Amino acid sequence: MTDDSGRPRRPGGEGARISDDNTHARGQFFRGLRVSLPLAAGVAAYGLVFGVLARKAGLSIADVALMSGIVFTGSAQFVALTLWAASPPALALALATLAVNLRYVLMAAALRDLFQRTQRAAAFAAVFLVNDESWALTMGEVARGGANIAFMVGSSLVLYVAWLGSTVAGRVIGSAIGDPSRLGIDFAFTATFLALLMGMLRGKRDVLPWAISAAVAIAASLYLPGKWYILLGGLAGATAGALRRDA
Amino acid sequence: MTLESLTAILAMAIAAYAVRAGGLLIGRRLPQSGPVAEWLREVPAAILVAVVAPEIFRGGAAAMLGAAVTALVMWRSRNLFLAIGAGVLAVLGARYLMMGL
Repeated sequence: MTDDSGRPRRPGGEGARISDDNTHARGQFFRGLRVSLPLAAGVAAYGLVFGVLARKAGLSIADVALMSGIVFTGSAQFVALTLWAASPPALALALATLAVNLRYVLMAAALRDLFQRTQRAAAFAAVFLVNDESWALTMGEVARGGANIAFMVGSSLVLYVAWLGSTVAGRVIGSAIGDPSRLGIDFAFTATFLALLMGMLRGKRDVLPWAISAAVAIAASLYLPGKWYILLGGLAGATAGALRRDA
Repeated sequence: MTLESLTAILAMAIAAYAVRAGGLLIGRRLPQSGPVAEWLREVPAAILVAVVAPEIFRGGAAAMLGAAVTALVMWRSRNLFLAIGAGVLAVLGARYLMMGL
């Protein structure tokens, strides 16, 4: 099941045979782009909301463009709006960003097999793009037996453009289409992660570790601020899964 | 853009990149086999469960119905977009009915 041989196994019947590594990477890149287009619409809905709130919080158009462009992390950017002021507190904002995004340490570490054949500079550039949705799609692809870092880059670029464009548009226009949850867009993300998770289910032995991960995450989400619950639930579930494997 | 806001955004960008690059560095340093490698292999599914479970819990009955529909359609069809679409429609329908409209 784990794929330690060099070439990823691809499910059959997917167009032309791919022989060369570069062609393979290009195919994965475009596949990542394509698969992410529907999610980009959901991301853009939240981007518009962010832009509108950013205007109220006193961010200029240039502030919004720069923040979306070089920070590129929805959850931390929303938190930043609550701390923003005429003279924004840089240290507090940096610490909040660090705390909200600590889960990315674990997520980027889990990508290491994909980064193995990537050159060092390219890997450090690509890791800037890591985001929840693209990471989840990429892990879903890994579970199916074929993935490449080009897939994550393609997926991330679509979401990057959607996020940057929609946050700036929301800031300029000053009004969003409405509450994304009214359109069910909030659940679209949950459904995406859940459906990808289904592809990772290997059988009964996953039940206990997944239940532990869920219980810890739910408990943490009730008592801790921000996104700590993702990190804690992930740590607990992975540890339970690894122990179970040994037993 | 003021110097203060530029400084603040740069500070945020450094923090956001630090966690991502930190993960890349840690991933490279960790052993390629043995218990730690096994543990890292369990991380993706565990993280996804931790993302999803509180959302469903907080979303109440509508989200639970949506989750069940998503899982069922994904299991039967293996089609990501069909599953997401069915789940979203189920949630919208449930919310609509529960609001008594």
